[in-house]
Amino acid sequence: MNMISLTALDLSIAALLVIVLAVLGLKLQLGVTRQLIIAAIRTTVQLLLIGYILKLLFENVHLGYMAAISIIMLLFAGREVMARQTHPYKGLWGFGMGTLSMFLSTFMVTLIALTVIINNDPWYTPQYAIPLLGMMLGNTMTGIALGLERLTQAAREQRTKIEAQLMLGHSGQQAITNIRRQSMRYGMIPIINSMAAAGLVSLPGMMTGQILAGSPPLEAVKYQILIMFLIAAGTGFGTVIAVVLGSHRLFDERERLRLDRLRK
Amino acid sequence: MKSLRVKDIENEWLPKSSLEVAVGECVVISGPSGVGKSLLLRAIADLDKHKGHVGIDDSSCNDVTAMQWRKQVGLLTAESAWWGELVSDHLDDVDNEMLAALGFDAESLNWSVDRLSTGEKQRLAILRVLVNKPDFLLLDEPTANLDPQSVNKVEKILLAYCHDNPAGLIWVSHDSTQAERIADRFYSFETTGLVEVMT
Repeated sequence: MNMISLTALDLSIAALLVIVLAVLGLKLQLGVTRQLIIAAIRTTVQLLLIGYILKLLFENVHLGYMAAISIIMLLFAGREVMARQTHPYKGLWGFGMGTLSMFLSTFMVTLIALTVIINNDPWYTPQYAIPLLGMMLGNTMTGIALGLERLTQAAREQRTKIEAQLMLGHSGQQAITNIRRQSMRYGMIPIINSMAAAGLVSLPGMMTGQILAGSPPLEAVKYQILIMFLIAAGTGFGTVIAVVLGSHRLFDERERLRLDRLRK
Repeated sequence: MKSLRVKDIENEWLPKSSLEVAVGECVVISGPSGVGKSLLLRAIADLDKHKGHVGIDDSSCNDVTAMQWRKQVGLLTAESAWWGELVSDHLDDVDNEMLAALGFDAESLNWSVDRLSTGEKQRLAILRVLVNKPDFLLLDEPTANLDPQSVNKVEKILLAYCHDNPAGLIWVSHDSTQAERIADRFYSFETTGLVEVMT
């Protein structure tokens, strides 16, 4: 491996660029300078922290630790899904639905990838398991958040159209069929787009990283293809589950549209 | 004779109310706007949560599924909402006889909803609900947005259905001359609830 290790000075030079951008933002009164600085600091602190955690995990390979870190990652992703909703579901549902769908899809897909495809010994080798799960969660989170956002927004906007169907004796799920389809599509579009553009418009981050770290390009490409497929499956299944759960929660046992179950 | 019985219906927006209507009968509800006439009809159609009893004869609306209930007790609003593009997207099985009775023909089914006039829209909205053959109709100012000619047409269609099917009508109306024309009995909706008005 002919990897060039970065020094603190190297990172400082890159940080300087961000500071220059921040000053420019201030001069142009963009109102993002504060956010930019905070985000830059967060990125540094969070990544350093996870670096240390990964170092620790790599040195102490244990299924228990892996389970714990996976759950923590999942809960953070679940919280993020809810935070991205304009009108999240009230109560535990808001957090629970996104988290459950993410759990079902990402954990299932990651497990298949680790045990069947990569098949390392042990299968939960953190060097593979954590980045894989991380990428799965990150992308699935986006899909689910988009799908649920579309679902709840459309239900609010098209309330009279939905209720017109209920009045005529249609079931809630019948009345929301189109919105449900549209929401599932919405959640899947980003991954479809990035698969279509991969290599032409953008070099995927993971592949770039592997190449920078000295992997032969074709090895990196194979891993990237694997990841893309896994992400597509995870995001797709996750979005479908979340939108199905979400659309059922919008109606009660008497087929009434219950927008009061969403936060204002 | 079947009748729709509403006893002590109430929810957080609706004062406690009771009424009864038999098939073949047209009952008019009037009263100041904002007291909850629309909400009363929504509650009877089971679109909003409510306490109290709603049912046909001795049964309760909870004895059947919500879908079956709303087919028996159809709700028609002043402004109809259309979720599809063509008229036919909103009508499952409609026979030509019904179309003709409301002044349409088979060709009308291919019309785009966007191009309908207000009067056509309301007559098609009536057709849409009559396809279910409801025993009771909840009419929330069904002629509020129509010109006098269309008002006349719509009144005739609804009263004909009331007598021929026969079906019971609960008709919310602001227009006292209309109420005179159509009503068998009157209710006034006050902030304290529904009061039957003797004439």
